Amino acid sequence: MMFRNGDRKIEEIWLWLDERVGLTEIFKLVKKKDVPVHIHTVWYYLGGMTLFLFVIQVTTGILLLLYYRPSAEEAYESIQFLMTEVEYGWLVRSIHSWAANLMVFTLFVHLFSVLLLKAYRRPREVTWLSGMGLLGLALTFGFTGYLLPWNELAYFATRVGTEIPGAVPLVGSFLRRLLRGGDDVTGATLTRFYGIHVAILPALTTLFLGLHLFLVQKHGMSVPPDVERQSKEKKVMPFFPNFLLRDLVGWLTALAILAALAAFIPAELGKKADPFQPAPVGIKPEWYFMFMFQTLKYLPSYILGIEGEILGVLGFGLGGLFLALIPFLDRRAARGETSRLFTWIVIAIIAYMVVLTYLGYTVSPTK
Amino acid sequence: MNLDGFSRLAGLVLLIVSLSPSYLAAQQKPDNCVGCHTALGDERLAEPAKHFAEDIHAAKGFGCVSCHGGDASDAEMSAMSPAKGYIGKPKGTKIVEVCGRCHSNASFMRQYNPALRVDQVTEYYSSVHGRRLKESGDPKVAICSSCHRTHSIRPPSDPRSSVHPLKVADLCGSCHAEAKIMAQYKIPTDQLEKYKKSVHWTLLSVKGDLSSPTCNDCHGNHGATPPGISWVGNVCGQCHVVNAELFEKSRHAKVFVQMGMPGCASCHDNHQIFETSDEMLGLGEQAVCIRCHSAEDRGGKSAAAMRTMIDSLRKEYDKAHSILLKAEHSGMEVSQAQFELNEAKTALVKARAAIHAFSVVVVKKEVDPGLQISAKAYTRGLKALEELGFRRRWLVVSMAIILALVGAIVVKIRRMERKEQ
Amino acid sequence: MAQWSMGGIVDRRRFLNWFLGTTAGAFLFTVFYPISRYLVPPKVQESTSRTVTLALKPADVKSNTGQIFRFGSQPAILVRTPAGELKAFTAVCTHLACIVQYRNDLNHIWCACHNGHFDLNGQNISGPPPRPLEQYVVNVRGDQIVVSKGA
Repeated sequence: MMFRNGDRKIEEIWLWLDERVGLTEIFKLVKKKDVPVHIHTVWYYLGGMTLFLFVIQVTTGILLLLYYRPSAEEAYESIQFLMTEVEYGWLVRSIHSWAANLMVFTLFVHLFSVLLLKAYRRPREVTWLSGMGLLGLALTFGFTGYLLPWNELAYFATRVGTEIPGAVPLVGSFLRRLLRGGDDVTGATLTRFYGIHVAILPALTTLFLGLHLFLVQKHGMSVPPDVERQSKEKKVMPFFPNFLLRDLVGWLTALAILAALAAFIPAELGKKADPFQPAPVGIKPEWYFMFMFQTLKYLPSYILGIEGEILGVLGFGLGGLFLALIPFLDRRAARGETSRLFTWIVIAIIAYMVVLTYLGYTVSPTK
Repeated sequence: MNLDGFSRLAGLVLLIVSLSPSYLAAQQKPDNCVGCHTALGDERLAEPAKHFAEDIHAAKGFGCVSCHGGDASDAEMSAMSPAKGYIGKPKGTKIVEVCGRCHSNASFMRQYNPALRVDQVTEYYSSVHGRRLKESGDPKVAICSSCHRTHSIRPPSDPRSSVHPLKVADLCGSCHAEAKIMAQYKIPTDQLEKYKKSVHWTLLSVKGDLSSPTCNDCHGNHGATPPGISWVGNVCGQCHVVNAELFEKSRHAKVFVQMGMPGCASCHDNHQIFETSDEMLGLGEQAVCIRCHSAEDRGGKSAAAMRTMIDSLRKEYDKAHSILLKAEHSGMEVSQAQFELNEAKTALVKARAAIHAFSVVVVKKEVDPGLQISAKAYTRGLKALEELGFRRRWLVVSMAIILALVGAIVVKIRRMERKEQ
Repeated sequence: MAQWSMGGIVDRRRFLNWFLGTTAGAFLFTVFYPISRYLVPPKVQESTSRTVTLALKPADVKSNTGQIFRFGSQPAILVRTPAGELKAFTAVCTHLACIVQYRNDLNHIWCACHNGHFDLNGQNISGPPPRPLEQYVVNVRGDQIVVSKGA
C-alpha cells in the first residue's frame, strides 16, 4: 500500500477507520483531483488562502469568545483585560484583527482573478453566485466585528456606516433601525452586531461555503479561455500531495506574516466609546469600505432633485448586481471566446476602487 | 372717673402686658386687619395683606398686630388707634426696635427656633449702616426691612427668601452698585460688577455650591463692615485655612501689614477674585509678583524659582500621564503605575498651596517628591512600551520556526517532483 | 553524482524527513502552546474596572482605621468605622483630586491639601470640597473583602 514498512501501526488505524468511515473512497476522490498547470496557475491558490484565513478567524474568534463581554458597559474593559491579563491574549486579538484584513484582501484578489480569468463562465455560474454571497458575508463580518471593542473610532465609524443604508428610499429607515437595534447606535447595536457576527453569519457562511466548495470540487479548476484554446499538451499536477503541499507553503507564509504583523503593529484599543462626545476628526471606515465612503463624499448633495447619497447607495447596489450577473451578461466568455470588453470593465472597476481608496487616505478629512 | 392707685397699677400692667410679645402673639383671632385691607380694593393697602400669608411669621402664628399694634378683633377704623398700641408704618430706628423686640429676646426666640442668634440688633448698631442711622438718622442706610423685606420674610435657607445666598449680591448691589445713591458717601460702586466676574460667584451661581462666599460671608451679616487691612487674611482663612496659615508664617504677612496692604487681597483682589493659575506666579506678564518685585531683587528671583519648579512638576506629570495612557491604549497593563502617579498630582496641588509660604525651600519640599514619582511613572511607561518590543523579539523565534518548516516543505516538494519525473 | 553513495542519498532523505518532522513539531508547539496558556484563566479573574478583591482579611482591618487601596488605576479608601462597619469610597478628593486619608483622631476622612473634611457617609462636611466622595459597595466573601462600584 502507500505506507512504508515501519508504519504498521498507522496502517492498522487506517484500516479501522476505513471500515467505519470509508476513508479509501474519500482518498480515491482526493487522489483523482488534478490541478491544471499553466501560466495562470498561481491564481488558483487564492481561494484556498482565503479559506485558510477564514479558519484562522474562526479559531481566534472562538478563543476571543471565552473572554469577551458583549455589553456596552463591559466590552471595552473585557478586551483591555484580555490584552493585559490573559496570557497571549494580545496575540490572539492581534491575529484576529490582522487576519480579518488579510482575508478580505485575498478575497478581493481571488474575486478579481476569477473575473479576469473568466472562471465564472458556464458551467460555474452558481459557484460565482455563491462566491458573491460569500463576499457579502465577509464584508458584513468585517463591519460587525469592527464595532465589538466598543472604542471611539469603531463607535463613530458604525454611526456613519449604519447611516448610509438609511439613505435607501422607502425601506431605508426601517433597515437602519433593524441594523442598529433602535434609532441610535447603542448597547443594543453592540449586542445585535455580536449575535450577527458570532451566530448568524457563521451559519450562513457554512451554507454558502459548503455549496461553494462542493461546486469547486464538482467542476474542478477552471482553465482560462486562451489557455484552453492552445493546442499544447495540457499539463496537470495532482492535488494531493503536490498542490496541497504548495498550498501549505502559502498558508504557513501567511501565518508568518500574521505573526510579524501582530508583533510589530499590534491591534490598538484606543479610547472607550462615549456616545455623548463629538465625533473626532477624520472618522474613517475600514479600508475595504473606503472607496464607497470616498465616492459618497464626492457626490453633490442633489442630482436632478434626488439626494446625492441615495443615488450613491443605489449606484453601489446596481454595481453589485452587475457584478453578480456578469456570468449571464458575458456571452462571449460563455461561448469560450475572448471577451475583451469585460476584461476592460473589470480593470476599470479595479482602478476605480484603488484610486478612491487612495484618495480616501490622502485627502484631508476637513474638506 | 377717679382712678385710684390700684386701677392705675392695673392699667399699667395691662399696657405692659398688651405690648409684650407673648400677648401680641396671642392677638390672632379674629384677624380683621387682613379682611379689611384685602377687601378695600386699594392695591397699596391690599399688597401687604396678601403677601403676609407667605411670611414665616404668619406660619408661626403671628399677625399684623404683632408688629403694628392695634386690635385685630375690631372691624372698624378704631382698630388702628394708638391707644390700642397701633404704631402705623414704622420708619428708621423704629423698625429696628420693632424687629428687635422679639428677635433680641432670647427666652422668647427659643420657643420658636432655639438655634437662632439673638444679637442682630447689637451687631447692626456696630455696623456702618447702624452707626449712621443712630448718629445722623440717615434715611438711605439699610435697615432690617431693606434686606429682609416687610411682609414676605422667609428664612435665608429658603430659595424664595430675599436674603438667600444667591440673592445677596444683587441685594447689596441694589444700593452699593448705584452711583446716584453712593455718590454722597464717596464709596466706589464697582464691587458687584467685580464680584460677578469672580470664581466665588461662578461657583455659587453656575455650580450651585452654596458654601461659596457672597457679600455677607466676608463683610458680616448685620454687622456689615469692610474687613480691616489686618484681618483680610482671617476672613479668607475661614475657608482657605491651609493658604492662610502658610501666609501668616511667611515674610509677606508682616510686610503687608506694615505697608498697609490688604493681605490676601493684595494679590488676589478683594471682589474680583479669579480662579488661580500658575501664570500668577513668577516674573511673567500675568504674574502678580511683578507688581512689587523685579528680576533683580531676591523676591523676584524666588518667585521665578518657584514658578520654574511648579512648571517642571506639571510638565513631568503630564509627560508621565501621557506615556502611561499611550501604553494603556496599546494594550499594556499599567494601572499600578497610573495609581502611583496620582500621588504626583496631589504633590502638585500641595506645591501650589505651598507658594503662600513665599519660600523656595517650602515649595521644593512638595515639588521634589512629585518629581520623583512622575519620573518613576514615566520609566514604568517606557518599560511597558518596551515590553511591546520584547514581544516582537519573541515572535522572531516563532517566525524562524515557521519559515524553517516552509523551507523544509519546499525542499520536500522539489525532491518529490524530481522523483516523479 | 559520482561522489554520492547510496548511503549518502538515504542519509540526505532521512535528514530531510527528520528536519521536516522536527520543524513541524516545533511549529505545532508554537501554535498550541500559546493557545493552551490562553485558555487557562489568569490570576486576576476579572477586569478591575468594576470590582476589586482586596488582599486583606476582614479580621485584619481594625476599627477606626482606614487604608488606601487600588481600584483599577484609581486610589480608593477602605474604612472600618468606629462602629465596626466596613465602608469604601473613592480616595480622589472632589476639590482638586488630591488623595484623601483617614484621621483616627477626627474619626472621619480628611484631605491634607486644603483641609477638606468628609464624614463616614462620604458627605463633604467642611472645607473646599464641593461634592461628596463616591461610595462603593463592600462585601465580605469568606476571608476576602470585595469592593465594587454600585449598579
